[in-house]
Amino acid sequence: MGFLENLINGVSLGSVYAIIALGYTMVYGIARMLNFAHGDVIMVGGYVSFIIASSMGLNPLFGILAAVVVCTLLGITIEKVAYKPLRQSASLTVLITAIGVSYLLQNLALLIWGANPKVYTSVVAGWPKLMLFDGQLIISAETIVTIVVCAVIMVLMVLFIHKTKMGKAMRAVSEDPGAARLMGINVDSTISTTFAIGSGLAAIAGVLLCSSYPTLMPTTGAMPGIKAFTAAVFGGIGSIPGAVLGGILLGIIEVFAKAYIGTQFSDAIVFAVLIIVLLIKPSGLLGKYVPEKV
Amino acid sequence: MRYSSVSRRGFLKAMGLSGAAGALALAGCDQNPASGTSTEGSTTEGTAAAYKLGGIGPTTGPAAIYGTACANAIKLAVDEINAAGEGATFEQQFEDDAHDATQSVNAFNTLKDWGMQVLVGTTTTAPAIAVSEEANKDNIFMLTPSASSTDVIGGQADADGNVTIQRKGNVFQMCFTDPNQGTASAKYIKDNELGAKVGVIYNNSDAYSTGIYNKFQQEAESLGLEIVCVQTFTDDNATDFSVQVNACRDAAADVVFLPIYYTPASLILKYADQIGYKPIFFGVDGMDGILTLEGFDPKLAEGVMLLTPFSADSADEKTQKFVEEYKKEFGDTPNQFAADAYDCVYAVKAALEKSECTPEMSASEICDKLVAVFSDPTFEFDGLTGETMTWQDTGEVSKEPRAVVIKDGAYVSPENATTETSETAPASEGE
Repeated sequence: MGFLENLINGVSLGSVYAIIALGYTMVYGIARMLNFAHGDVIMVGGYVSFIIASSMGLNPLFGILAAVVVCTLLGITIEKVAYKPLRQSASLTVLITAIGVSYLLQNLALLIWGANPKVYTSVVAGWPKLMLFDGQLIISAETIVTIVVCAVIMVLMVLFIHKTKMGKAMRAVSEDPGAARLMGINVDSTISTTFAIGSGLAAIAGVLLCSSYPTLMPTTGAMPGIKAFTAAVFGGIGSIPGAVLGGILLGIIEVFAKAYIGTQFSDAIVFAVLIIVLLIKPSGLLGKYVPEKV
Repeated sequence: MRYSSVSRRGFLKAMGLSGAAGALALAGCDQNPASGTSTEGSTTEGTAAAYKLGGIGPTTGPAAIYGTACANAIKLAVDEINAAGEGATFEQQFEDDAHDATQSVNAFNTLKDWGMQVLVGTTTTAPAIAVSEEANKDNIFMLTPSASSTDVIGGQADADGNVTIQRKGNVFQMCFTDPNQGTASAKYIKDNELGAKVGVIYNNSDAYSTGIYNKFQQEAESLGLEIVCVQTFTDDNATDFSVQVNACRDAAADVVFLPIYYTPASLILKYADQIGYKPIFFGVDGMDGILTLEGFDPKLAEGVMLLTPFSADSADEKTQKFVEEYKKEFGDTPNQFAADAYDCVYAVKAALEKSECTPEMSASEICDKLVAVFSDPTFEFDGLTGETMTWQDTGEVSKEPRAVVIKDGAYVSPENATTETSETAPASEGE
């Protein structure tokens, strides 16, 4: 029973990592850049939905919608202001800019919402939880919703990228931006769209992260963001199913390490596993050497 | 107490990387009554000479609630004393340090230029460690309301028995030291028979939490209190507590000791509630604040016990008067920081009168006399945060810790709460 309980807790933590990792992998796969500000866009999504749902008392659905809209606009703005002018620069420049944007967002949040943590009311508060084995095993509504949302988003993203015109453009841009431009694809607007989608996903991730682990602070997105990035690399960065697989495995490894080896070493073990996987399979679990980037 | 690492991560990031811009920007939007770089008030010029009392604490930035509470309470105490006009009277000035050691030393220097004779401060631990060095060098008497690390007073042995920071002879504390909270908690749990099996969840990346746990563990061992389960977490993985809470439940712990801050504690309480695990959760001063957490469901904290020197709903007459005055003046319920700072002013007043100091003396002369009084075990002080407090020449205060239990979303003394385990606590004899 202990094993099953840990497994469920691991999947529950992993599903949150997975949903954040989807955004990372999407932006990396197409724009070929690591958007380190992703974790902080998640935090903004959390705050926006908190204000609408908890402070103003409106239906959580409005909170989610508002968070998606705000984060999408934020993503587009960040891309226009901070990343677009650097499109021709070395990738290191963009990486450092992304770190700068991350701190900018954290400090803006500190300025606007203050440092005092807020307790987030789950968007599925009051939904029934799943009881198994006479209530010995409890799966919370948040976990179920996160996993379902994660799966739905994964399928929708794969369909979008493979079945729509915009998706085709995205694949072309990721393959060779220069050639794509020659073929009449608007590379800039394609990359902007990618950011918009990635940031919209971040809003949903923020809502689900805060529903499962309900403290909201300006640094809320930072550590889960880094873990999710690890998950994306673990699963093979650029691969959408890889991000989900990597996220869930990372969650399970973390919980198992805590439960069976000791709470003191859990992070060390998580990252040791990552190193071993990358030594054996440098492109990650589902990555390919010449990855078909999303 | 909490400030030393209140959002330490966030702070390092915010302050270290983005520089003071963040702090300055924050200063702009802070609406508290004591904001600004200095608050000069309550002067008694024109009347008989008054002592110059300086205060330092963060009235801007992320730790602003603590400094603001101290600034308000010092002002309240000084106003009361001056209105009564008996014995020693004060002129006070409070400087903001934004919970930053460098700014705090600057604030100290500003106060020195102003002619400060006694320092009540600083409020938070990291700045207090820096300022206490300066105050020691300049021989200015320093009584901190709330900086609880032993590094502030110095002279304490670390885990290996080495004294790395020498005793700063003129620095005293109004609050308990971190290790003392561990000892007091173990005693309280044992004396009141809260439970036979104790689980602990602490933050092993935080000096405050680890310090309390180590002392708790030593004391529990010598008292014969059985610790069945010890779980840890770090600042970096303070999101998921399922494993730690499950481990405590599986070890059948009926008391879970949480020497941690209220933010991770709120997550632990939520998960415990989700799996239906209901031990007595026992916290220390870092737990204080959980009820003011925006959006927190107070039902989750029902029955949580914590050691705190002050509870605003106490029936004690002195406390009620203080709470009423404070509310009237600042529109807020005072927290333990306010109470500690208020006590500091009155303790300094009592000591000044006992030592036969005069306001014409230099800060250094006053300091020597005050140190003699505070080190004297016959100097007793009755305040809001304890009865018959005495100080040792180590700088530590000796007072009975009080426990409170959370009932219907408020702190009440354990004997007023009808929980099955409550007995008359020796700790609350003052009420």
